[in-house]
Amino acid sequence: MKLDSKTPDGPIEKRWDDYKFRLKLVNPANKRKFKIIVVGSGLAGASASATLAELGYNVDCFFYQDSPRRAHSIAAQGGINAAKNYQSDGDSIHRLFYDTVKGGDYRARESNVYRLAQVSNNIIDQCVAQGVPFAREYGGNLANRSFGGAQVSRTFYARGQTGQQLLLGAYSALMAQVNAKKVQLHRRTEMLELVVAEGRARGIVTRNMVTGQIESHAADAVVLATGGYGNVFYLSTNAKGCNVTAAYRAYKKGAGFANPCYTQIHPTCIPVHGEYQSKLTLMSESLRNDGRIWVPKNKGDARVPTQIPENERDYYLERRYPSFGNLVPRDVASRAAKKVCDEGRGVGSTGLGVYLDFSDAVSRLGKDGVRERYGNLFHMYEKITAENPYKVPMRIFPAVHYTMGGLWVDYNLMTTIDGCFAIGEANFSDHGANRLGASALMQGLADGYFILPYTIGDYLATVGNNPLSRDDKHFVKSVEDANGKVSTLLGIKGERTPDSFHRELGKLLWDNCGMARSDESLKSALARIPQIKDEFWQNLKVPGNGRELNQTLEMAGRVADFIDFSEILVKDALARTESCGGHFRVESQTDENEAKRDDAQFSHAAVWEYKGEGSAPERHVEPLSFEYCKPSQRSYK
Amino acid sequence: MNFTLKVWRQKPGEKGKLVTYDSKDISADASFLEMLDVVNERLIEAGQTPIAFDHDCREGICGMCGCVVNGFAHGHQSGTTLCQLHMREFKDGSVIYIEPWRSKAFPVIADLIVDRSAFDAIITAGGYISIRTGSAPDGNAIPISKDVADAAMDVAECIGCGACVAACPNASAMLFTSAKISQLALLPQGQPERMTRAQRMVRAMEDAGFGACTNHGECEAACPKEISMNNIARLNREFIGASVKK
Repeated sequence: MKLDSKTPDGPIEKRWDDYKFRLKLVNPANKRKFKIIVVGSGLAGASASATLAELGYNVDCFFYQDSPRRAHSIAAQGGINAAKNYQSDGDSIHRLFYDTVKGGDYRARESNVYRLAQVSNNIIDQCVAQGVPFAREYGGNLANRSFGGAQVSRTFYARGQTGQQLLLGAYSALMAQVNAKKVQLHRRTEMLELVVAEGRARGIVTRNMVTGQIESHAADAVVLATGGYGNVFYLSTNAKGCNVTAAYRAYKKGAGFANPCYTQIHPTCIPVHGEYQSKLTLMSESLRNDGRIWVPKNKGDARVPTQIPENERDYYLERRYPSFGNLVPRDVASRAAKKVCDEGRGVGSTGLGVYLDFSDAVSRLGKDGVRERYGNLFHMYEKITAENPYKVPMRIFPAVHYTMGGLWVDYNLMTTIDGCFAIGEANFSDHGANRLGASALMQGLADGYFILPYTIGDYLATVGNNPLSRDDKHFVKSVEDANGKVSTLLGIKGERTPDSFHRELGKLLWDNCGMARSDESLKSALARIPQIKDEFWQNLKVPGNGRELNQTLEMAGRVADFIDFSEILVKDALARTESCGGHFRVESQTDENEAKRDDAQFSHAAVWEYKGEGSAPERHVEPLSFEYCKPSQRSYK
Repeated sequence: MNFTLKVWRQKPGEKGKLVTYDSKDISADASFLEMLDVVNERLIEAGQTPIAFDHDCREGICGMCGCVVNGFAHGHQSGTTLCQLHMREFKDGSVIYIEPWRSKAFPVIADLIVDRSAFDAIITAGGYISIRTGSAPDGNAIPISKDVADAAMDVAECIGCGACVAACPNASAMLFTSAKISQLALLPQGQPERMTRAQRMVRAMEDAGFGACTNHGECEAACPKEISMNNIARLNREFIGASVKK
């Protein structure tokens, strides 16, 4: 596998501009001859589909939900970063770049991150022009707040529903192009195979989830905007339908999968409370701006929180990190919560929880002031837990939230398969080993609105317009494979539901490859996964048939890919014996229990290549170099 | 907790009917959809076809879920999507009726799943500001007072779930349509296309087969985001204004 990142040289401020100038263009009259498939309709997929269609390309957009507006970007709460420096508090493109590289624990490409920071400002302008109702100051200017891991206020927000508003903005741009007949939507359609011929992506095979029809679609390029793989853990803050199938199918066809072990555990989620639980709910980390995190100083203190006097509380983040306090980055906050719970000081019936207390904020801002900032989050918390957070502290615990790993892409956002691009959370590029708060929305929209539309033109201009016929043997074979998989799943006729396998896999990964990973835990997971896989293919039960709406069949296909994928996730975690960002190896920590990197051995992206069923995947590396941000031990003290 | 469910089951192209299921040993802290998950797991284990229902984010924001529960869209609790409704809100031992959204414009696909693409058609007709990527002025070049931004946000919160249509005796989509028209009519960015937008979106709404508004107010009561029906008055004003000025 050849990993040519195509990263430009020269002064970092000029790299993207110079590179854009060197990219080939497609003549406006020729653009309408090209067809581009976009899989996914979240921030990345919708913004890319809309922008490519505006440029004149024909776009086919596929998504498993009933409308493009449902994609899980919609659930992002806190905000979106941009280097506008409207607050004159010392922000700049360079500072956003520096913070992102540092926050990612020096495991991202400098050139990509700088470009992200550069286009961040265009995103805000674009969204405002679309009618996104960002929060405003009384004078009419855009409001900002600070967000986990940043010492400047650079986060733009729309109450606690920023993701919703940005997605609806991108969705509206997309629907304008549907109206212009430049985009065709394929609702309730799931991608099952990527069609690759002679090293080039030529289309996809899908299943219509209403009729069960397996269909093939040809195009000049395929863009995967299919999100992350957090649901491999079963319980996560992802939507129930989020899955790794599209990305994993691309991997099996030759796309390198980078850094699968980089998973982000978000510190502020509602704790797990029962076996039947289907998902975890995130509480935006903006809550950490005004809420104070604590646990009782003494083990096993069973008093209700309001009865525990101030001097018997341990505000452990403020104590351990005086300068960042409750606003330390996510990985640091999550591990700190795990540590106090491991010490037996966790709260709630399971002992797996810490308090997030707003009593100081309520006395400082008043109940209305708190409601103004966090009303919808408090409302949601009360709905789920039947507790009133204005009166008693919230209970929170870390949960899987985001995956920094993803399909390896070069500076053009192209995977190792020519003509197959990956954007948004589906790729690995910008967040290194840990993503900062309010940066996911920024990256999804940067890729879709401002980067891919330039770079894909260079590819199309190079290969020209010569789509492969759907009668070609590669298409026929892929359709056969997809049909075969469906019949196999239906034909097992065992005893266990897809969900029961998914829960078992998720628990195995959470216990052995979650917030803390050791050589021993990872090896035991690797021993267990093939057993789960064997049982799955022998004892799965899927009622009904494949020629109708069959939600159990959909789940079964996704769980099958999650099981296969989990092996490279664990193998990656095992191979990376250092700790970095969200990847914490217990063998590699500082005296103060922080993640300890090993730059001499691991200053690289690890990229996994599929070598066929039954063969071990091969680990490749893309070395990372740091000219502008000198790696140091991250310190938030 | 134990419940008896009366669930609407319908295969494509066939007539539907209510089927009775036992729902036993359910935790009071389970959400309504988690209760259905438990029932479905047991159905699959028994070799029966599970109940098909739409859902995705399960945190009340994607708008994918929704059924009529005991006659109420998203159930009886106000300001709540079905995924955020918890079983502690029901009486132990009670009978729960679960049906899909009912509207000519939302045909049933299977069981509790309906086709809501008519909502997308309304947005496609004009629920946007035509601004090409990359052509926007600086974000602060258009000052918007906090009151206006807040009012626009109040309506922009619509999740497009369709509860307003399901609750309306006329199956009208006026609340949904008015939410988008209001958001864009309130904001300065929405002014250039304001007149054509109102006309095109209202026409698309009628073409899709939604009924007219006769001020029942059921939509506002059912809306999980509590969007006000004052917006329908604004829609009417926008639409009539556009017709007069044309």
